[in-house]
Amino acid sequence: MRVFLLLALIACPAAGAWAAASDWPMEPMQPNLEDQPSLQRGFKLYANYCLGCHSLQFQRYERTADDLGIPHDVAADELIFTGQKIGELMTTAMDPESAKAWFGAPPPDLTMVSRVRSPEWTYNYLKTFYLDESRPFGVNNKVFENVGMPHALIDLQGVQRDACPPGVEDCNQLAIDSGSGLLTAEQYDQAVFDLVNFLHYVGEPSRRDRERLGIYVLGFLAFLGIFTYLLNREFWKDVH
Amino acid sequence: MSTETAVGGETASTAPNPVNRERRYFLIGATATVGGIGAVGAAIPFVQSWMPSAKARAAGAPVTLDIGKLRPGEMLGPIPAWRGKPVFVVRRSDEAVAHLEQANSNLADPDSNNSEMQPEYARNAWRSRRPEIGIYLGLCTHLGCSPKFYGAVQPESFDANWQGGFFCPCHGSRFDLAGRVVKAVPAPDNLEVPPHRFASENTVVIGEDEEAA
Amino acid sequence: MEQTPQAKGTIPRLWGELVDWFDDRFPATETWNYHLAKYYAPKNHNFWYLMGWLAMVILANQLITGIWLTMSYVPSDEGAFASVEYIMRDVEFGWLLRYLHSTGASAFFVIVYFHMFRGLMYGSYRKPRELLWLIGMAIYLALMAEGFFGYLLPWGNMSYWAAQVIISLFGAIPYIGPDLMEWIRGDFLVSEITLNRFFALHVVALPLVLVGLVFVHLVALHHVGSTAPDGADIKKHKDATGKPLDGIPFWPYTVTHDVHATVVFLFIFCAAVFFAPEMGGYFLERPNFEMANPLKTPEHIVPVWYYTPFYAMLRAATYPLFGMPAKFWGLVVMGGAIIIPALLPWLDRSPVASIRSKGLASKWMLGLFVVSFVILGYLGITPPSPVATAAAQVFTVLYFAYFVLMPWYTRVEKTKPPPDRVTMR
Repeated sequence: MRVFLLLALIACPAAGAWAAASDWPMEPMQPNLEDQPSLQRGFKLYANYCLGCHSLQFQRYERTADDLGIPHDVAADELIFTGQKIGELMTTAMDPESAKAWFGAPPPDLTMVSRVRSPEWTYNYLKTFYLDESRPFGVNNKVFENVGMPHALIDLQGVQRDACPPGVEDCNQLAIDSGSGLLTAEQYDQAVFDLVNFLHYVGEPSRRDRERLGIYVLGFLAFLGIFTYLLNREFWKDVH
Repeated sequence: MSTETAVGGETASTAPNPVNRERRYFLIGATATVGGIGAVGAAIPFVQSWMPSAKARAAGAPVTLDIGKLRPGEMLGPIPAWRGKPVFVVRRSDEAVAHLEQANSNLADPDSNNSEMQPEYARNAWRSRRPEIGIYLGLCTHLGCSPKFYGAVQPESFDANWQGGFFCPCHGSRFDLAGRVVKAVPAPDNLEVPPHRFASENTVVIGEDEEAA
Repeated sequence: MEQTPQAKGTIPRLWGELVDWFDDRFPATETWNYHLAKYYAPKNHNFWYLMGWLAMVILANQLITGIWLTMSYVPSDEGAFASVEYIMRDVEFGWLLRYLHSTGASAFFVIVYFHMFRGLMYGSYRKPRELLWLIGMAIYLALMAEGFFGYLLPWGNMSYWAAQVIISLFGAIPYIGPDLMEWIRGDFLVSEITLNRFFALHVVALPLVLVGLVFVHLVALHHVGSTAPDGADIKKHKDATGKPLDGIPFWPYTVTHDVHATVVFLFIFCAAVFFAPEMGGYFLERPNFEMANPLKTPEHIVPVWYYTPFYAMLRAATYPLFGMPAKFWGLVVMGGAIIIPALLPWLDRSPVASIRSKGLASKWMLGLFVVSFVILGYLGITPPSPVATAAAQVFTVLYFAYFVLMPWYTRVEKTKPPPDRVTMR
């Protein structure tokens, strides 16, 4: 009995608790919300490759198009595939029940993924799918071990494999079969950057407004502070 | 309160150097002015947050209606809504259109002089873009009840000489088939014509003009 | 002060008549003079004495932004999380209202901790201010409860599990614990029922209590008067008209001080609101951007930073004692740590009030207390480890030593006599 418990203790973390942790050396990723072309490309990639399964249920097409400088008619024609109106939330047409049957769990909403994880995590996650025949979808991931999701961008990236020399495990090296993807490695990096940049925007669409308004507010308070400082100094001359 | 108190300089340990009162008044005024501007600025987000949100604006987006099956003398049913308000869409018979064009001394504002109640393109005898199709917001201009449609030309309990139109059961206001209010009823104005455009022969978009499209 | 009648113009005369009309029916001028115009504060009030006013500024911010957030918030398990995102995205300036409120919560505790530290330093709790201090402690407890109830409302995963953990604390109370937990939740787990009652407490009940307590706190303060940082009493020396010689009137001196302090504070506060509302995960945690999930605990579950010193003490209790489990003692230690400052008026036996006059022992103990509080706050945020637990135990002892040993060290140490008149330093 005791041995069994001990085994269970050792086995459990290996299967469950460690699933989200990883020792993958994270590549840095610094989002850039001022780069509108990148955000627009990211939106397009998301609409084409992700939105079929992963909703952005708190975000509206209209707001996104406006913030990213996309004309409404272009957005309606090229980015809305669900027949929704532009003012509506970016939900998915997928039925949650069948989604659960296909994937084991309904694909999560990704509106806030960038705030829950981090842009860096998402960036590395999308770059580290690799071939693993033991997994239900034939792929595994280096930063999200045993992830229950197929590699949605495999057409673009190509087939990536664990590139450890024979006999070495967990060397943290991956290699792409050359010519198996539509994009070169640099192009794929850019595409993933755009996508993650877009998700960073969607996580907090008011961020740019916030920082722009913040400059004015702080500037005003500094200006007001000059007067309150002089006022205070002038009157406190009396007090010794 | 004396002036000296108002600008200080009267504590027990008064400074040897005299108080510059002008400077003090200037600083009080300047701080109050800049601070006041700040207070107004700080109020803006709170006031602005009461404006219709993106959700309300999306729910109030233009509505597209199919009027292909609407026959003369009828009103489109079930009653559609735009921005949560009922929209009356009626197809008028040729006789009804002819009747609307006759001068009618019975109406309060037959020529739609109150420009608030309809876009410029609906400022005509039938108060619509096309003579046979009338589109009106179904809210009485008196106190906002929704009038009932009495399309037939026949004596009604509220008017023995009824020529077809809308009757408000709340306070008895009456409107003709062009939404024009008759004289001597509580309602002051004609029924409002919402902005609208025809996308095709049988498709009308409520809430959008050509200009905005 | 009084001017001759013929010097008055029409408007001042009408104003005077209006004031008289009110004064006959309501103590308007009397109240104004007593609490503001003729309330004298020691002229050597320093940085630490600004905190009370700033606490009122931030309370006003919390009340106003809170009222505005309530206008768009939906207290239901389906709607709560979505309504917060609705505020963040769809409501005009909703993001600003939300960040003002969430950053304001943290700012409130920063200010209140500074305010309480001032009390420890300058002996603000000593006779005749015992009741003033106790009212302040009641405000602090109400504020902790207000923060706790409010933290559940966004219905994020951290909200959910933090509520779960804190409510489970009550399960450690012998006999009634488990039933008490169900009573607080109104359910067998934290659910919409819990959310609804927390919402009512957060937006109606506790704000009323807080505002009421702040009011009596001010009434008590203006009755006994403010301390001076050096321990001098400004009421001892008055001029012929009864004005304290070392006091400054509200206008223009206190006002100009407080106004400038408010602007400086707002600058720092707005810098956080506009440029770091998450404050690296200390004000808004990453797991809280994920909706509450009763089946999945976040990896590191910690309370918000302002509770973590007490959380660390809770975790530091690892030994069962007197037949009671460690969990029970954790609750006792935590509750004791929160409550014990209320005993200060009776623990401090020093002949002097201010730390400036007290001896070396008091200075060291206060220093160690502050260090312990900060380190415990840090330990409460970090994941548990044997080293961290041992450290937490040491600093918990130091935290309590400040209070428990106070009757001894304040009596035996050598003190300096307080100055007779206030000193400008």
